[in-house]
Amino acid sequence: MNRGPEPPIGDRPIGINPSFVEHLRAVVPERTAPPAGPSGEVAVPHGTTVVGLKFGGGVVMAGDRRATEGFSIADDKMEKVFPADEYSAIAIAGAAGQAVEIVKLFQLELEHYEKITGDRLSLEGKANRLAQMIRQNFPLALQGLVVVPLFGGFDERRGGGRLFYYDATGGRWEEEDYHATGSGGRPAKSSLKKRWRPGLSRDEGIRVAVEALIDASQEDVATGGPDPSRGIFPVVQIITADGVDRASDEEVRAAYEAVVGEGAR
Amino acid sequence: MSFMPYVPPEQLMKDRSDYAHKGIARGKSVVGLEYHDGLLFIAENPSATLHKISEIYDRIAFAGVGKYSEFEELRIGGVRLADVRGYSYDREDVKAKDLANAYSQTMSTIFTQQMKPYEVEILVGEVGEEPGGNEIYHVLFDGSINDEHDFVAIGGHAEDLTEAMKGSYEQGWDLPTAVQRAVAALSSAEDRQIEAESVEAGVLDRTRKQRRKFRRLSDTEIAGILSS
Repeated sequence: MNRGPEPPIGDRPIGINPSFVEHLRAVVPERTAPPAGPSGEVAVPHGTTVVGLKFGGGVVMAGDRRATEGFSIADDKMEKVFPADEYSAIAIAGAAGQAVEIVKLFQLELEHYEKITGDRLSLEGKANRLAQMIRQNFPLALQGLVVVPLFGGFDERRGGGRLFYYDATGGRWEEEDYHATGSGGRPAKSSLKKRWRPGLSRDEGIRVAVEALIDASQEDVATGGPDPSRGIFPVVQIITADGVDRASDEEVRAAYEAVVGEGAR
Repeated sequence: MSFMPYVPPEQLMKDRSDYAHKGIARGKSVVGLEYHDGLLFIAENPSATLHKISEIYDRIAFAGVGKYSEFEELRIGGVRLADVRGYSYDREDVKAKDLANAYSQTMSTIFTQQMKPYEVEILVGEVGEEPGGNEIYHVLFDGSINDEHDFVAIGGHAEDLTEAMKGSYEQGWDLPTAVQRAVAALSSAEDRQIEAESVEAGVLDRTRKQRRKFRRLSDTEIAGILSS
């Protein structure tokens, strides 16, 4: 709120910029991510597999809990699926530290916009803003700090769930059915291809997502499967007209047992 | 080359203060009060979209009276300050007290250094974890700041409104009672009945399970409370 001398109105754009990230960069540039330095790979934890799929009531987004650093497991309880605001969620694969920072900024960006303007951004607007934020990370992606999110939300204007996926350059595509990304993205996607059908129920949606993560964990070393003995289950967020709801561990455990039981038959 | 005639500082401050008072007196009023579950801010506002009462942060709300463009600018400054602070440190480090102090500094600077003072008064409220932990700060156009308890009225009819509230206020009201009594006080201060559709109200409700405790009461909710 520093009030320096202001130039005449003709020289400055009218209106208030509702972007938090741009405000942050203007007032405290040192607190935002530094530009890319000399090239070279940095060893940092990487989050692995996340999936998203549409179901009758909206979108299910799920992620395994493993983060790897080279050939070691860096963390077995990492969370990679977060509510972005009341009606959307973001799931992230890639360099974990960078990913968590982008999620935090994206959440703030949406909340800030809502508070400044008094309106929530459209789902399309949120998806586009995320693409710009991923694109800004591109110099770091070149150094191996790639972040590739899935973004899902309930579109209040169209009255249905929508799913978007991204690449490291900020490319943004809308997905009609399901998508998976990260190191175990390919096996997860083949699993979804067999199991997914239009108009799944909430329970079926959770089950199909959990099964895709289990399949990915069996094909990809970097993806962690559910571990019932230690109580480690995937994080599953369900986005419907009522908002974002995280499936309880019991619900995910039931889905896991149903999938494993089926496989044993 | 023009030069300014000498004006004694007392006169200068008095003129500015009179000017700001006049501007504020022309506008509507806002009441902020503590009720059982948190803080209620309520005002007569014919516009459904140009708000006097808004959210600043998880537990903090803002209310302004006077010139809309001026308190809106203060509100946006507050949202930015709070969001940057919450990002830099932690969400729980954002406090109404710091925000009220920042407003006080800004408004004091504007009052003494700019040609025209702001014609606004604002309230900054923070809901506590416990009923005793609420905070309400009242910042005036010249930057003077007070912390208030139970209830506070600002704006054009602040004095009549304070009198009316003094007669009826009791601690521990539930939300419907608080809305009804506050609207009754607003009506008596204005000497006319205030209709439900021109009432704007927002609460900081500590019982909300969401992180963000601010909630705007909808027109239907207000109409329901006032007709019961």
